[in-house]
Amino acid sequence: MNTASVPVTQVTTTKPNHKRLALTKFKPALILLPFALLFFMFQIAPMLWVLVNSFIYEETFSFENYLEIFDSAFILQGFTNSLWLSITSSLVAIIIAACFVSSLRRFDSWLRDWIISFTNMTANFSGVPLAFAFIIILGFNGALTLLLKKYGIIDDFNLYGQWGLLALYIYFQVPLAVLLLYPAFDALSDDWQAASALLGAKTWQFWRYIALPVLSPALLGTFIILIANAMGAYASVYALTSGNYNVITVRIASLVSGDIFLEPNLAAAISVLLILLLAFITIINQMLIGRSYHAKR
Amino acid sequence: MQNANSSSFHKFIVYGTVTLLFIPILATFIYSISSSWGATILPDGLTFDWYSQLWQDPRFIAAFGRSLFICISALILSSVLIIPAIFVVFYYFPKLNGLMNVLILLPFAVPPVVSSVGLLQIYADSSIQIVGTPWILIGTYFTIALPFMYRAIANSFEAINLADLMDAAHLLGASTTQAFFMVVLPNLKKGLFASLFLSFSFLLGEFVFSNILVGTRYETLQIYLYNMRQTSGHFTSALVMTYFAFIFLFTWLASRINRGAPS
Repeated sequence: MNTASVPVTQVTTTKPNHKRLALTKFKPALILLPFALLFFMFQIAPMLWVLVNSFIYEETFSFENYLEIFDSAFILQGFTNSLWLSITSSLVAIIIAACFVSSLRRFDSWLRDWIISFTNMTANFSGVPLAFAFIIILGFNGALTLLLKKYGIIDDFNLYGQWGLLALYIYFQVPLAVLLLYPAFDALSDDWQAASALLGAKTWQFWRYIALPVLSPALLGTFIILIANAMGAYASVYALTSGNYNVITVRIASLVSGDIFLEPNLAAAISVLLILLLAFITIINQMLIGRSYHAKR
Repeated sequence: MQNANSSSFHKFIVYGTVTLLFIPILATFIYSISSSWGATILPDGLTFDWYSQLWQDPRFIAAFGRSLFICISALILSSVLIIPAIFVVFYYFPKLNGLMNVLILLPFAVPPVVSSVGLLQIYADSSIQIVGTPWILIGTYFTIALPFMYRAIANSFEAINLADLMDAAHLLGASTTQAFFMVVLPNLKKGLFASLFLSFSFLLGEFVFSNILVGTRYETLQIYLYNMRQTSGHFTSALVMTYFAFIFLFTWLASRINRGAPS
């Protein structure tokens, strides 16, 4: 009698339990709603607008906006300038950061913490304030420009052209690269260098055959973030050159918020190409990471 | 012998890089406290006039106030919406976590200039007039703070054993809401505050959205900074250093709190 009643009560309790579970999951889902709504309004909807409107030209569906981009030497120059600045600055920054981080490992831990904190802080030094600082030291009458001129190292330095911008880009890329690479270098064990030295490897051989293959996923991953960071950069260039230097973000912005020609749909098409370019670089990067040491294991 | 050589080599690399990173900050600081610094390598005299001039400029105070208002509102909005959302995701719909991790990358992956194209077009003609007002900035700042906030808070959630903690709270007679406020929230405090300070210094430096979506109609700190570019370099340096002091303070607070947090 007693044993028979047990399954009966079990059956009766589990059934409404299921229903209650579905109901109790309904209320929590409501909590997600305002979050999802805001995210949709300010992130998804603008992206959809950009995607859809890049195909709309004079109120009909067409590829005209894209054709216009490939016909316009000016817009293509914006892409070239952006790519050159991004790739060059990312390469230089990642080399500086990698040397910096690998040398920093030889420091006492308290000093290392201090230096890393300092680097973190300079990571926030970007955009308009950074452009100002660069004008002060490297502008036409900047302290460093004058110093270098006095000793005849340079004739003149044009901060407002590609080399000035490159210096600015490298400056804001280095702290980011350090931040991203610093944890990765923990993967290197000191014993490996000792072991390779014992086996007769020179320092460059250790780096070429052991350290770099181990670090390559981190280096490639960081490289991609740096490129994306530089391609999307707008505030620093805009503040330094008042929008007169032709990079792709400045082109996009001037087409939606400039004073003269407002062509939001053309801006949308350029935006889509920019995103595609970033996606393409990311995919290449993923393929390279896939072939590296870590993924093989 | 060789060891000493390589040690000085490492010192050279590290101090060299630190010096390069420090030069623009130091130069800006010296410029901000020098009375005049024309076509000479060193300044003529030292003064704090530029700082007092800055702090007496009502336009600066107003711009700073607006920036504070927008950043703090955006962060309050983020906290109120994100924490319960993460709780719901982790506790009721753990499968959604994968999707969320992809979604929160979007603000990172899409350059702000691109999002602002769409935002400007959608909300310029819509019935809700928010372009040119602080409200559109609060909304966009919510999305750009999201990756930082989500990661930091989700990490805290992963560190605590949420299911067991909730079971224990329920067993002791707490409702889910009670358990959320009295058990879960206190456990998130450190991660939350660290991410708030970090996001704050990040948002205070935001220029793209405020320039394209709002511009001079609601002059924030960065817009003010940009608009002041034609005035005296000493004045703008004082401005940059003041801004920077705040950033330093908040980044430092964030790292202080983070160090105390269980990782």
